[in-house]
Parts: sequence; C-alpha cells; structure tokens
Amino acid sequence: MNDALHEKAPRPIGEVVAASTTEFVTQCHALYEAPPLGSLVRCRGDSPIYGVVGDVTTRSIDPGRRPMALGEDEDTEEAVYQRNPQLNRLLSTEFRSVVVGHREDGRLNRYLAPLPPRIHAFVYRCDGEEMLELTGSLDFLPTLLASPIGSPDDVIAAFLRQAGQCHPEPEGFLVDAGKKLAVLLAGQLQRLNGILRRLSP
Amino acid sequence: MNDDSGMPGAGGRLGMVVAGSLSDGVDVRLDPGTSTEDIKVGTFVTIQGQRLRFFGVVTDVSLRATDPMLSATPPDMSDPYVASVVSGTTAYGSISVEPILVQDIEGPQAAKTVPAHFSPASQASERDIELVFGTEDERNFWIGSPLDMETKLCLSIPELVKRSNGVFGKSGTGKTFLTRLLLIGILQKGNASNLVFDMHGEYGWEGCSEGGRKVKGLKQLFSSQVAVFSLDEESSRRRGLTPDYVVRIGYDEVEPEDIEILRETLGLSETAADAAHFLRQHFGAKAWLREFLSLGGREEVRNLANELGVNQGAMIALQNRLSRLERFDFMDETGHGSVEQILQYLDRGMHVVLEFGRYGNNLAAYILVANLLTRRIYSRYVERKERASGDASQEPRPLVITIEEAHKFLTKGVASQTIFGTIAREMRKYNVTLLVVDQRPGDIDDEVMSQLGTKITCLLDSERDIDAVLAGAPGSRKMRSVLSRLESRQQALVFGHAVPMPVVIRTRDYGTPQSYRDLGWKDAVELKAQIERDVEDLFGPEDGR
Repeated sequence: MNDALHEKAPRPIGEVVAASTTEFVTQCHALYEAPPLGSLVRCRGDSPIYGVVGDVTTRSIDPGRRPMALGEDEDTEEAVYQRNPQLNRLLSTEFRSVVVGHREDGRLNRYLAPLPPRIHAFVYRCDGEEMLELTGSLDFLPTLLASPIGSPDDVIAAFLRQAGQCHPEPEGFLVDAGKKLAVLLAGQLQRLNGILRRLSP
Repeated sequence: MNDDSGMPGAGGRLGMVVAGSLSDGVDVRLDPGTSTEDIKVGTFVTIQGQRLRFFGVVTDVSLRATDPMLSATPPDMSDPYVASVVSGTTAYGSISVEPILVQDIEGPQAAKTVPAHFSPASQASERDIELVFGTEDERNFWIGSPLDMETKLCLSIPELVKRSNGVFGKSGTGKTFLTRLLLIGILQKGNASNLVFDMHGEYGWEGCSEGGRKVKGLKQLFSSQVAVFSLDEESSRRRGLTPDYVVRIGYDEVEPEDIEILRETLGLSETAADAAHFLRQHFGAKAWLREFLSLGGREEVRNLANELGVNQGAMIALQNRLSRLERFDFMDETGHGSVEQILQYLDRGMHVVLEFGRYGNNLAAYILVANLLTRRIYSRYVERKERASGDASQEPRPLVITIEEAHKFLTKGVASQTIFGTIAREMRKYNVTLLVVDQRPGDIDDEVMSQLGTKITCLLDSERDIDAVLAGAPGSRKMRSVLSRLESRQQALVFGHAVPMPVVIRTRDYGTPQSYRDLGWKDAVELKAQIERDVEDLFGPEDGR
C-alpha cells in the first residue's frame, strides 16, 4: 500500500457519478478497484477537491436485477468470473468520499469547496506527498466526524493510520491527532475511546 | 510568548489562564505536555497578560476532566497510546495562581486586577526573580532560592530591621539555621546591631545541626564584630572559650515587673505576684528582693504579710519560689553594670550574643535575664532617642533583639505588661525591634503577631499556629495550603514587609566550607594570603624593599 501511495497515480481510478458540496460518489473504471477505506482521493481539475473514502459498495448496475449465485459447479471464485465475463459489465464498484478540502489559486484549504466536482470528473488516488501536505493540519477533522457516512469513526481511524505512515514520525502524528480528537469529542468519551482503540498501534 | 516546549523549568511555559477572579486567584489550564507532578504549591509563576506582566504563586494544583464520565469509566490507560492522548486533553491538570504583583513602568506593584483570558503562564525565570526581589547587594541579603530554582532570592535587610519580625516553625525545621542567616544578614547589611538572647548556645561560638554536626557561630565567622557574653562562665570555659564579658545580675536590679512575667513559669498566683509591688514599697526599690529573701522563717513572712495586708499564703509562696533565684550563680548582691557593658559594645557597632550556658534549660533564668536586660536597654534607647529628636546624628544605632521561646514572653495576657510586648507594638519608634523565634506562634498575643513586619515560617502543623501566623496576611486562606505543605527542613515561607510578595524558599546552605566562604569568611590560608597582599600593597614587593 505504501508503494502505491508514493507512486504518482498516472491514471484515474474512476469518475464522479454523483456529487454534492459535502461528498461525491465515484464509479470505478474497473470492478473491485476502489481505494481502501480512509484513502485520500482527489478529483482533477483546475481546483482539485480532496475527499476521504468513506463507503465502498459493489452492486448490480441495474437496480432491478439482483446478482444471482453462479458458482455451484465451479471450484474457485475466480472460475465464476472467468466463465461469466459479462459480470464485469453488469456489476460496478462505487465509493463515497467525504470532502475534506480543496485547492484554490494554489492554496490548500481544509474546508468545503464552494462548488461540488462535476459529474465525470476523473478521480485519482493521492500520493504520500499530498497526504502529508493535507494532514499538516487536522482542521478538517470536525467535518469527518460529522459526516453522514455509515461509520465515520472507522473512516477517521483508517484515514489517520494511513496518514501516519506518510509522516516521518507516525507515532507522534497519531498522538497529536488523538489529542485533537479528544478535544473535539469532549463529552463523548465512549466514542473517543472507540477511535483511540482503533488507532492504537 | 514563551517557548512552547511545555516543559516546566525556569521560564518554561506551563499553560494558559482560563478562568478566575482577583479574590479567588486565576485558574491556569496546564498544557498537555505539563504534568501536575512537575509543579509544586508555592512555585513562583509569571503570567504575561495583554499589557501587564503578573507575578503570582501557585496555591493549588488540581486534576480536571472535560467529561464527567471520565472518573466513572476511565479509558484503558494500560495502552500507552490511549494514555498519552487522554492525558492533557480529556483529563488535564489545572493550577490556581494567586496574582500578587504586576510589573509596570515603575516596577512591581500590588496586583489589583487579573490577566486576560488565555494569557500564557510560565514558571518565573531568574530575571523575574531578580526583578521582584532584587539582586544581592549592600542592602539585599541572599537568604535562599525559590523552589526548584538556583536563583538567589534576596531579602532587603534595611526593610527587615525597620520592624519586629518572626521566625516560626516546629522543632527541627530549621528555625535556628534561618535565624543564624538573618543575624548574619543584619550584621552584614543592616546597619543595625544584634543582641541575641542565645538560650541554647547556638549562635555565639558554634551550633549544632540536626545530624549533630558542628556549625560555626557568629563569633567564629565575624570575630571582630561579635562579642560573646556569658551568664555561665563555667560552661564557656568547659568548651575552651573565653567570653568577652561575664554577665551578673544584682538582686537590686530585679523589679516586681520581672516577677510578674515569671508568674506562669514559677507557678505563682496573681496575688502572690502582686505582693512584690507591696514589698518594693515597703523595703525600697533596690533592697526589696534581698530583704524579702533574707527574712528568716515563716513567722516573719506572716508578720510582714499582715503588716502589708497581703494574703499570708501568697506571701509564703512568693518567698518560696523567689528563693529559687538564689540558686542562680549569676545572681549577685549588686549588679555589675552588665547593661552598660552591652550598650558599650552595641554602640561600637558590635553584635552581642548572650549565652546562657547551663541556664539555657532553665526557663525562669532565661525569662528573668532577657526581660531585665531588655527593659533597661530599651529605656536607655528611649532616652537617647528623645535626646536625639533635635539632632539626627545622635540617633542610637538600630538594635534587633533576638528572643527564643518567645511565646513565654508574649503570651496573651502577659504581652501587654512586658517590655517585649511594648517593643513589638511600638515598633521602630525607638530604633529597637525584635526578632521573635518560636515554635508555638499560636500562643503569642494576637496584637503582637499582627505587628510583626516580616514573618518567615518553616513547617507548622498545628491549625492554631498556622492560623496565628497567617492572620491578616493577604490571601491567607490560600497561603495555608502552601504553608502546611512545606518540606520539614530547609524550606520556609517568607511574607511581609521585607519581601514584595510571599515566596517559598529553600534556605541557603549553612555549615559547609563553601557556605562560610559565600558569607565572606576566610580560612587561615586565605587570610594569610590576604595579609601578604595587603602588606605588599602597603610597602611594595619584598625584593624591591
């Protein structure tokens, strides 16, 4: 994963198919090729918008047609896909990203962009340098904590773990981040405890 | 703003002001990196407000939590990560700081407001201490260091000797060491003379530390400026010392007032003590005691009692108790001008230590002699001061009288009648002040306590004593916690006239060769070298002669 993060992503992983100011949905170009939970992604444009992957789903592209079990006679899961090449077209992987910042006139702002990304905007995984730059300050943590995605605590934990790996001193970074969370979650001790347990090395 | 290291230490940032008031002190939330364990009550703190710089003292340290649930369901602190995150954030330390001084253009002034919200608080730096307490010079005497610092904290000796002062602390907390330092301070910087009623022979030639180690007394360190008087020549000789003067007290010098102050010590009733006044009227001021003691047999005493209209039992008790005075070897038919001798030495700018020798354990002897001599010395000072009212050059040199077991002289009820009570109350009017050394300040008359200018107190643990010492001091409620938590040795709380703000000090070392050198003492080798240098300065180098 580390290598993948550090390597400049040369090609987009998908396109925006639904967008609002607070989050955007990306459909992956290839089935099962979504970035892991908590990854940092960016929609390319003159003013990129950064999002944290908060929810990954794979389902039938036609809401009326549910996938059926096909592997009764197959030995392996791989064989099911080889025998049914149409599956790659009938199924699609999508992920929701919570907007955590954007760049405007070259300046990185850790708050919502004035406008959401356009549909079909290409989405890229961010490299380690971008992660390092964005997490230089954790001002966007309140946005993540309040996001309407399924399990924001898991997303935050996953995101901070990944960010920690990009920092020269992962432990120091995680302690600082934890302290920031402790301030934000004053009065929500159980929630704080949950996140800290997930972050504990 | 100071450095953000969060590590306490001289000048290090501690946290920021989050709440508080002038009457209750301000609350400083400690920075996440600062542990409550690094801060002690009594620590000297500076707070940089928006315009003003405040100086204060930590009066309380507390643990707080942002979430009330924290105490009921604490997080998993066995996980070092969780522990490092939670401490300083969800669970944090807080200190109460009593703002005492404020630094403005004219120097430190009493604080009449509090710093603004979120003003950074730091441990005082060396410079802050010097700014507030001054540096060691011809007026300021280095008495010790603030807690956890090596900076020299100084006491203004001229200010100190302007009023009567007190050194308190329970037995074994370092009162004697502190007093010895103060006496040296007065000797070096005070332009005043000391008269020490040295009950246990601790100040004159040499004293003893708690561990039994011998430490030098004033005479050893400053032999040309100190005279040791003795009440018990034998004891001095046994120790191989020759006292500068042997004090004798004449029966004709004892006055009924001296008996009154001994009432409690001798176990006399009020009637019996009053009888002394009748005796003086009857026999005359000079002869009354000698005549009374020489009455033979009870019958004569009874007859005299009838004649004077005094209760017979009281008269017999009085004679019985006063006959104890005859056992004191220092009592003589007539006085030998001891007071004159003491005054002569004092006038020459010398400092007099009166050693009691074996009478140090006899409270009656101590009280009698101290009271008798002081009364006479004081009346001479009053005369001279009044004579000098037209001519400032005739002013008597300020005198500081040191008394131990002061509560025996200054108890409630007695204080108003004794000379020591008068000196304590009238303060510096006649250039005579007291240095009261005592372990039971609770027994000292409130009025006297309230007149003490500077109080230096080591650990006290009786509520009554603490109340008595702190009565009337600003912020006394908060100083209580500081005082009751002093370490049992070498620590003292200083507050009052001679210091701009209350401060806890670690008393300066005394008893090591270095400590003597710091006080200006030169050992034989150094002295020889100094003499050689002086000779050379005077007469030129030897070979060039």
